[in-house]
Amino acid sequence: MAHFTKATSVKDWLNQRLAIEKVEKVMASEYWIPKNINFLWAMGMILVVTFVLLLVSGIFLLMYYVPTVDEAFDSVNYTIMREVDFGWLWRHVHGVAASVVFLIIYIHMFTGIYYGSYKKGREMIWISGMLLFVAFSAEAFSGYMLPWGQMSYWAGMVITNLFSGGSLHANFLVEWIRGDYVPAQAFLGRFFMLHVLLIPVAIMGLIGLHFAALRIPHVNNQDGGEIDFDVESKKYLDGDKAGSKVMRFANDFMSKDMMVVGIFLIFFFYLVFYNYGFAMDAVNFDPADGLKTPTHIYPEWYFLWSYEILRPFNIDLGLVLFGFAQVIFVFLPFIDRSPNSIPANRRGTAFKVWFWLMLSNMIVLTAMGKLPPEGMFSAIGLVSAILFIVQWLALPIITSMEKKV
Amino acid sequence: MENNNRRGFMGKAFGAVAAVGAVGSLVAMKKTWDPLPSVKAAGFTTLDMSIYAEGVMVTEKWRGKPIFVLKKSERLMAQEKGNAAAEARNIKIGNDNFMVAIGLCTHLGCIPAFRKDEGNFLCACHGGMFDASGLVLKVPPPRGFDIPPFKIEGNKLVLGEVGPEWQAMKDNGVTL
Ligand code: HEM
Ligand code: FES
Repeated sequence: MAHFTKATSVKDWLNQRLAIEKVEKVMASEYWIPKNINFLWAMGMILVVTFVLLLVSGIFLLMYYVPTVDEAFDSVNYTIMREVDFGWLWRHVHGVAASVVFLIIYIHMFTGIYYGSYKKGREMIWISGMLLFVAFSAEAFSGYMLPWGQMSYWAGMVITNLFSGGSLHANFLVEWIRGDYVPAQAFLGRFFMLHVLLIPVAIMGLIGLHFAALRIPHVNNQDGGEIDFDVESKKYLDGDKAGSKVMRFANDFMSKDMMVVGIFLIFFFYLVFYNYGFAMDAVNFDPADGLKTPTHIYPEWYFLWSYEILRPFNIDLGLVLFGFAQVIFVFLPFIDRSPNSIPANRRGTAFKVWFWLMLSNMIVLTAMGKLPPEGMFSAIGLVSAILFIVQWLALPIITSMEKKV
Repeated sequence: MENNNRRGFMGKAFGAVAAVGAVGSLVAMKKTWDPLPSVKAAGFTTLDMSIYAEGVMVTEKWRGKPIFVLKKSERLMAQEKGNAAAEARNIKIGNDNFMVAIGLCTHLGCIPAFRKDEGNFLCACHGGMFDASGLVLKVPPPRGFDIPPFKIEGNKLVLGEVGPEWQAMKDNGVTL
């Protein structure tokens, strides 16, 4: 048996049993962060904070929410919004956080692409990040079903219909997912379960994986230069703090992180109190009606770009391209053939153009997805969707021709 | 050595037990997600076809889905004359011709709106269009409206039951 001595303090008592000092070093004070990074590296911490906001507000909503087709709508729009003291606060925090979390996720993703942070041992960080994106998408979609308004119902109808696979006519699969011919009680019940238990648990597991994947390669830096963390941290510990290229995660770097988080939270609560409307679709304030489709059905803004890739084509081609758009980002570390892991702007014209074009094209796709599919907008959407696909197909070619810098 | 053989055997034995358990629980999980018997049993609706007025589109309900019922007017019948695909979709009750179809866009399931003046359907979701017989006028929808299984009983129509007329439509590829 391990040898225990009489504890000299509470800390020592815990240390003998849980090795808290060692854990603290591994996770915080001797987890090394390059000095050469900027505020874009605080996005991950903002995402953690936003997830906690979702979790806490969700727990309070859960106390009054009733997952039945007859009562769900009123339990949200009447009980939570009018009867429960501060119920509106939890709902607005939850709704705004669910929307803003995607804005931050996209910034986080494009930061990763810009600085090449998915290469050279950081592939698992990227892959676990994309799995988190998928899990958050499923979480947001399942949550959107819960108020059982018109948009809940019709988004549920349209999205589950995607699983019929177009000409495959896999209606049995659609009915199996719904547990009924149309979205009804069985559907609401299972999406409720997914939203409040299974997917949040999966998200927590994935966040653990994401962090574990970071531990060995460490975070990237603004120049993409390779840092020898053993040498630099030794320098730091030996007293040459100014000469070392790295610093401690806690409390040193974390203080900067929390500064950015503070600014974010001010912006966030400004939205919650004064500008929450964008996160609550007006159409969803009508109760679900299976016999009436709203005039325009569009998803929340963060799904618009991929929705716009589905829309302009016939159903089978649309589904194939949509599926392509959903999974292609995961493979980025393997499609990018260039050995350079430096900022996009320094990788030569081809990749520089690729990056900025991809970013702007996704913004265009997002805008077109919101507009009704008519005339001019249809045409722009079609061109953008084709451009998106072509860009991904071209990526292995332009990156393998890229010169080593 | 001997011990290692025994450990190997134990490992395989456990693997076998676990595999049986895993398959069993997957079956149970799959079945738990299936539609309930009560949901499946509530699948029949009877329509009295003598009450509809010509040229007026009425929406009924079957299995939670909207059902479009349109009694064709002289004008519509004249319009579609010679169009075999459209004529094949008519349901004859006495001397009247009806379009009866599941009112969900075959693209992704929105409910297209009937435009009385144009005599066609427009789907607001992605701009698909259907004519008065339910055939596609404009993509993305891949095919005309699906026709629900029906059985003609006098001037009544039972939805959810397969009659010879519907079976013929299905066999001829008129509906899915
Ligand atoms: C464990 C954590 C969570 C719990 C317990 C929870 C719980 C709930 C509950 C009870 C509702 C229904 C009440 C309402 O509509 O306001 C809801 C709605 C919603 N949730 Fe969550 N949630 C959690 C996490 C998340 C996350 C991580 C996201 C998204 C990224 C999310 C997105 C949504 C959305 C979009 C709605 C609809 C909001 C609305 O229409 O007002 N939730 N959630
Ligand atoms: S659902 Fe009707 S056009 Fe897409």
